[in-house]
Amino acid sequence: MILGRVIGNVVSTIKNPAYIGEKTMMVLPIDPDNKPNGDLIIAVDKVQAGPGDKVIVMTEGNSARQLLETKDTPVNMVIVGIVDHVEYVK
Amino acid sequence: MLLGRVIGRLVSSQKLDAFTGVKFLIVQPLDESMNEIREIIIACDTVQAGEGDIVFYETGREATIPLPNKMNPSDATITAIVDQVNVG
Repeated sequence: MILGRVIGNVVSTIKNPAYIGEKTMMVLPIDPDNKPNGDLIIAVDKVQAGPGDKVIVMTEGNSARQLLETKDTPVNMVIVGIVDHVEYVK
Repeated sequence: MLLGRVIGRLVSSQKLDAFTGVKFLIVQPLDESMNEIREIIIACDTVQAGEGDIVFYETGREATIPLPNKMNPSDATITAIVDQVNVG
């Protein structure tokens, strides 16, 4: 799982049936200091996150697929939590 | 999933049987401001995307799932055409 910040959403009409009814959000990977830490990803949102939220994103396919209703969905990034607080030592 | 823009197509006659009937497109990965990032990639198409379309594509093991032949070695497959991007 990685830490990220939701920066917006993506709307699409023509899409794989697996995405029907799912929210797709743009997430920028960040480090604990809120600095960008990698390239933009698009993740299916299961926790009703919104722009500006710090989130946990599952980026491993098998675990991500287990969260969705069918087992054969082409999704490998899922937002699984909204972060309230991060505590760490540099 | 990752964001990209379709910048062209690619035709291959001699290819693995698993790719029969699959369209290949050339995709430029993009960031949230539609700036080009990283190198171009070749992706399989499942949504009839065309040149100029903003799309998102799946990478890794999940890229093989949407294609008709399940035993295929795809590592990037376009799974949606983007209508709108809202940066909040």
